[in-house]
Amino acid sequence: MIDFPIIRVVSKFMIPYILLFGLYVQFHGDFGPGGGFQAGVIFASAIILYGLVFGLPAAKSVAPEWFVEKLIALGLVIYAGTGFTCIALGGNFLDYDVLDHHVLPGFLPHGQHLGIFVVELGVGITVTSVMIVIYYAFSARERRA
Amino acid sequence: MTPETFFGLFNYWIVICLMMTGFYIVISSGNLIKTVIGLNIFQTSVFLLYITMGKLTDPVKRVTAPILEGGHGDSHGDHSAHGEHVAQVSFEEHASEQLHDAVKHAHADLSEAGHGGAEHAHEVAEVLYSNPLPSVLMLTAIVVGIATTALALALIVRIREDYGTIEEDEILELDKELQ
Amino acid sequence: MMEFIVIPILALLFATAITVAVIRNLWAAVMFTGIYSFLGASWMLILDAPDVAFTEAAVGAGVSTILMLATLSLVPRSSRKRGSISNSDFETKDPPRRRVISSLLVVIGTGAMLIYGTLDMPLFGSADAAIQTYPAPSFIEKSQTEMGEHGLPNVVTAVLASYRGYDTLGETAVIFTAGIAVLLILRKNKASDEIGAGQSEVTS
Repeated sequence: MIDFPIIRVVSKFMIPYILLFGLYVQFHGDFGPGGGFQAGVIFASAIILYGLVFGLPAAKSVAPEWFVEKLIALGLVIYAGTGFTCIALGGNFLDYDVLDHHVLPGFLPHGQHLGIFVVELGVGITVTSVMIVIYYAFSARERRA
Repeated sequence: MTPETFFGLFNYWIVICLMMTGFYIVISSGNLIKTVIGLNIFQTSVFLLYITMGKLTDPVKRVTAPILEGGHGDSHGDHSAHGEHVAQVSFEEHASEQLHDAVKHAHADLSEAGHGGAEHAHEVAEVLYSNPLPSVLMLTAIVVGIATTALALALIVRIREDYGTIEEDEILELDKELQ
Repeated sequence: MMEFIVIPILALLFATAITVAVIRNLWAAVMFTGIYSFLGASWMLILDAPDVAFTEAAVGAGVSTILMLATLSLVPRSSRKRGSISNSDFETKDPPRRRVISSLLVVIGTGAMLIYGTLDMPLFGSADAAIQTYPAPSFIEKSQTEMGEHGLPNVVTAVLASYRGYDTLGETAVIFTAGIAVLLILRKNKASDEIGAGQSEVTS
């Protein structure tokens, strides 16, 4: 679709804002509507739009396949790791109250806020990378007779 | 049937009609992609059913989405001097003791700030919130739904590559020939 | 006031669903599914579920439509070369009349039973419905005091990530599994390509 100037210019203009909006939805999810699931899909849709307009190789050079594939597992590891960290700190699985700390109060989140922040980050990473990988898998497949 | 019950149940009926349309597509269509589309429509209707059940209406009070108002403003102490953030602290009719404590706390903050908290005290907005639980359940269901849809579509691509068709009856015939 | 928005949305939802059911062209059906999802998202927003509406708009109208279009481009009926697909390659066959009648009977029967079931349900928006009395109010109250010293304004996030955190871990694992499964099915590697090509020769 790179031959259509309107699509090319408009999507070039939109993609940074879509990415920014994805980050906003991810990190502002505790205070407004949003969270890891939504942010993941929005972030992935920016990459998918890039791939649709500029072709699959261009998208793969932005988000290399091997890297995105490792991110799928990383998100889940972050989520489960938070749970085990809570156990290691003496709480129950995913009991964020034990994550309380007193470093930079008012700036760094702590306790429940920190736990939710990290967990949502894990969800966001997994959802983003799964959506991108699924898109890659479908569009790399050539049609056979 | 009174008009009240009619309008009270109307939403469910609409959702059931949508659901049944999706169901019809699933069972009547022989095309695999059409079947997945039907499943998608069915799925979206189920989300709508849950969300409809979670909605709360009230003739007097304002009902809004389960995002508490003024919560963020309070988290930075310097904002409390403005007063209006605290005035928006929300109440359920059956508010717990803890909430009352929180309000007392807020009032104390106000009078400390020297802005005359008493004037704001009766401005406390009566706000009700719709149920957050259906939202939570459907949120995860949507994303899991797209993941499973992608799996179904991947299987369809493989079926098309091996059988050369995505029509159910043709696939069955090919299977019979092989036997 | 809100009824003036809700009623057209519901009418459009219904019209889109029926259109998808009767239309024969698959491209059009996929596009209508996207529209259906978007209309559903609008209604969810009115029903006080912005988080869900958000997700539905991004997933249903965005990613899912793209995936279906990608699948469609891989599965045309005729075996012409790339770039010369015509619209008629995506016409589905009309189901046989017997099948239409029997499925209509099944659907009407099921729908009638479901509607009979709704007669006992609490009316829309009533505050004394079972779902509104427990445990929702306790979530809204508790999240004020338990989530850190100042509460977490978005109760949906609080329930999602904290109160039902274990559940969400499972959902994330499901997405992980589905992603891996799609990779396993569609990933190209030489060995499976040759096997696949061999099989299609046998069957066609």
